[in-house]
Amino acid sequence: MSKSILIRGGRVIDPSREIDEKMDVLIVGDKIAGLGREAAGSADEVIDADGLLVTPGLIDMHVHLREPGHEDKETIETGTAAAVAGGFTAVACMPNTDPPLHSDAEVEYVLRQAELVAHTRVYPIGALTKNRAGRELAEIGLMVKAGAVAFSDDGDGIADTAVCMRAMEYVSQFDRLFIQHCEDTSLTRGGCMNAGLTATRLGLPAIPAVAEVIMAQRDITLARQAGVRYHVAHVSAAGTVDLVRRARQEGQAVTAEVCPHHLLLTEEMCARYDPNLKMNPPLRSQADLQACLEGVRDGTIGCLVTDHAPHVNSEKELGFQDAPFGIIGLETALPLFIRALIDSEVLDWPQLIAAMSTRPAQLLGVSGGTLKVDRVADVTLIDPEIEWKIDAEKMRSKSRNTPFDGWPVRGRAVLTMVGGEVRYRAEQE
Amino acid sequence: MSDVVAEKPVWTRKHLLTLNDLSPEEILYVLDTAESFKEVSTRSIKKVPALRGRVVVTAFFEDSTRTRMSFTLAAQRLSADILDFSAKISSASKGESLRDTARNIEAMGVDIIIVRHSSAGAAYDITQAVDCCVINAGDGQHAHPTQGLLDLFTIRESKGRIDGLNVAIAGDIAHSRVARSDLRGLIKLGANVTLVGPPTLVPRSFEKLGAHITSDFDAILPKMDVINMLRIQQERITSSVFPSIREYIRLFGMNADRLKRCKPDVLIMHPGPVNRGKELAADVADGPNSSILRQVTNGLAVRMAVLFLCQQAAAGNT
Repeated sequence: MSKSILIRGGRVIDPSREIDEKMDVLIVGDKIAGLGREAAGSADEVIDADGLLVTPGLIDMHVHLREPGHEDKETIETGTAAAVAGGFTAVACMPNTDPPLHSDAEVEYVLRQAELVAHTRVYPIGALTKNRAGRELAEIGLMVKAGAVAFSDDGDGIADTAVCMRAMEYVSQFDRLFIQHCEDTSLTRGGCMNAGLTATRLGLPAIPAVAEVIMAQRDITLARQAGVRYHVAHVSAAGTVDLVRRARQEGQAVTAEVCPHHLLLTEEMCARYDPNLKMNPPLRSQADLQACLEGVRDGTIGCLVTDHAPHVNSEKELGFQDAPFGIIGLETALPLFIRALIDSEVLDWPQLIAAMSTRPAQLLGVSGGTLKVDRVADVTLIDPEIEWKIDAEKMRSKSRNTPFDGWPVRGRAVLTMVGGEVRYRAEQE
Repeated sequence: MSDVVAEKPVWTRKHLLTLNDLSPEEILYVLDTAESFKEVSTRSIKKVPALRGRVVVTAFFEDSTRTRMSFTLAAQRLSADILDFSAKISSASKGESLRDTARNIEAMGVDIIIVRHSSAGAAYDITQAVDCCVINAGDGQHAHPTQGLLDLFTIRESKGRIDGLNVAIAGDIAHSRVARSDLRGLIKLGANVTLVGPPTLVPRSFEKLGAHITSDFDAILPKMDVINMLRIQQERITSSVFPSIREYIRLFGMNADRLKRCKPDVLIMHPGPVNRGKELAADVADGPNSSILRQVTNGLAVRMAVLFLCQQAAAGNT
């Protein structure tokens, strides 16, 4: 007989069924077995969830696990260890590895490695073009058969319009999500922060917001023609939010995601040349930040992601202009989204969980995102009130590149369960 | 061929440029005529005097071996005089326009020009410059009407009918004149046509021509009476239309495993030349369901019929 676990007395939030009430959750084996006010009298293990939120496991659909090729920055093991500690039961990993995930061989490698060492489920995102070079299609069909859940050249957008169009058409036959890193590099080459007063003052080459907007605009037009489900990665500019909103109002299958840093930080914070504030897309203006918040509020931006991008210290020590783009985020995402969205009443808790779990699961067509009976028991227990301080040194990620080190925050995952197995339990403090 | 003098003849065209504007009756009339010519090939002396004293030119501005041989032999069996013209040894490369070239050919007393050209519309352009018959042997991605007719002939010969059959055409539809001609002919004669391939090779606009479109080859296999496999071109990879031959084979290649999931009497066609082991596995190409060589044989009879009918219409002695 399979092991049974009773999660007793928590506030159960399941956006897939619009549930938000105090209930028990019974898990038998790797499945959800029941939900109810008194789901079962006894179980092999009882977890007291009094004062905690019980939610479908969080899913981060935009993560860089760096393996294969950059194991000095992160591995599938360390990246998913960070994820599970952040409350995530699944991550989708981007293909800009070395070699890139651009054929079935690399996708199979990631899945096999994940089976051996991962703490969460790992869903590979395949490259759209060979070597992510934007010229020839990658073996998208073979990657679908190998288990790729979506496709993107993330790190780069596809510049050539004909290649982009064909990639969209080609992906459309498999009903997979087409994710674009929107950046017209002819406008951004050499740039390292948002184009604006701060960049002018600091003498740094700039990345104008329009570079993101222009590609999103082109893509939305192309995607309508191609009939592909189109997703804008890491939205940062007000203009992009407007475009996505309009396309969605017209009924097009366009979705978008945003990172915590684009909801909490602005370009002025780069004034001290801190390389941990260098990311792509860059921190934008206050108006852009407000537009992103508004996009999250009205559902234009339906997914919350980290764009977890580990880099070793020596790289970030190159200084702002020469350091690589990106910051880590898996272990800080939940409290940062609470701060940006719950504390400011942009979203309520069920809406936050929908954006961090249910909706990513639906877009990627993967299990999880729900507490329905007979579905996989991927569950996160969240203490919404606990106050703590972010400490980069205590992180499970191999890298430390976060601008949020030392921030006092509220709320965190205290228990993460993947397929009925407790994979993370916060230490009692 | 009717002996009722007053009856309007079924075939009155001196050109064959496309199947688009032919009526079902006209198509069937060509197929019936081809059937009677097919018998000629079984005789010990494989020749009839139908075009004796007539001059036929094969004007090929694009390389082709098979189609040219087929037309040449067809004309020879009708006892015509044959002249070969190919762009490489002509003034086309010296800047002479297509219409000028055609007028010069006609001026030699030619009755029929059979034209193959890499540009769509080339055969039509020639009809605007000359009075003789023009037979389109393939113009760009536009049409290859005799291939369409020989495919129809082969299907009818094998299945006894075309009306109501489920026919799939798989592969590079977008760039294929064969697909266009097959599709038009099949739909006119009442077949249900499904075009199969990645969306990059099967534009949705083909739905407006009456075809069904799908990217899921495996799903449609059990329903098909006929599957026509088009040749896949290596150069489509560099133009980012599909990623690799390996992936193409996995998704759209016909092989023994897929054949097992088809109707036992499914007809597997290919316009040739076959990329063995790519769009079509060798054992299927050579197997009992394959009609590839019969298509070549039938091509001869169909082209004899087309040459004969067009010449007759031009001469006005129907």
